[in-house]
Amino acid sequence: MLEKGKTTIVLFSGDYDKAMAAYIIANGAAAYDHEVTIFHTFWGLNALRKNEKIDVKKGFMEKMFGKMMPKGADKMGLSKMNFAGIGPKMIKNVMKKHNVMSLPNLIEMAQEQEVKLVACTMTMDLLGLQKEELLDDIDYAGVAAYLADAKDGHVNLFI
Amino acid sequence: MDVTKVIDAKGLACPMPIVRTKKAMDELESGQILEVQATDKGAKSDLTAWAKSSGHELLNFSEENDVFLFWIKKS
Repeated sequence: MLEKGKTTIVLFSGDYDKAMAAYIIANGAAAYDHEVTIFHTFWGLNALRKNEKIDVKKGFMEKMFGKMMPKGADKMGLSKMNFAGIGPKMIKNVMKKHNVMSLPNLIEMAQEQEVKLVACTMTMDLLGLQKEELLDDIDYAGVAAYLADAKDGHVNLFI
Repeated sequence: MDVTKVIDAKGLACPMPIVRTKKAMDELESGQILEVQATDKGAKSDLTAWAKSSGHELLNFSEENDVFLFWIKKS
């Protein structure tokens, strides 16, 4: 039996296209029988947001942040050619035509393949995101936990 | 060739052919053969690389009418 590989990805970006790249690599790595971790920090946390409004107690700034950031993976914008939201609509159409999986589906598949999804708790505080607003069955951790995974990683990416 | 299972990944884009292949492979016993059918243009490199690094044996490969066919023996 070959040595079990390990892949870690830091998803910093909140762009739909960059998150897609991260999740495609994660799913591919899982198919390679790697142990896979995606560490979501800053804008990347939005990929883990539930798409409905969740009632949680928040201060003014946190509420503003919550309103301005996309509620979930499907609402994220593109890093290029976003055109105030028309870009994502266009690309999603093209994706359907080419049978490319949408970001929400890629995330679901990653969870099925037991990819470890981690939310960075420090940036959750910063952006005012609470556990109730994020997907179920994810882990919460900080830099030390990421490094513990990354130090044994064969593939470590920052996206 | 004694094929145990056939995976139809035609029309599916990256990373689905690999994900499906891996799932199917998990259900096979050592020595059994999986046939994979794919149309994704990257599939040839992808499945060859995948079989090599996961220790399985790519027995044969062919291409018919833009469909790539792979026969992989489980290690």
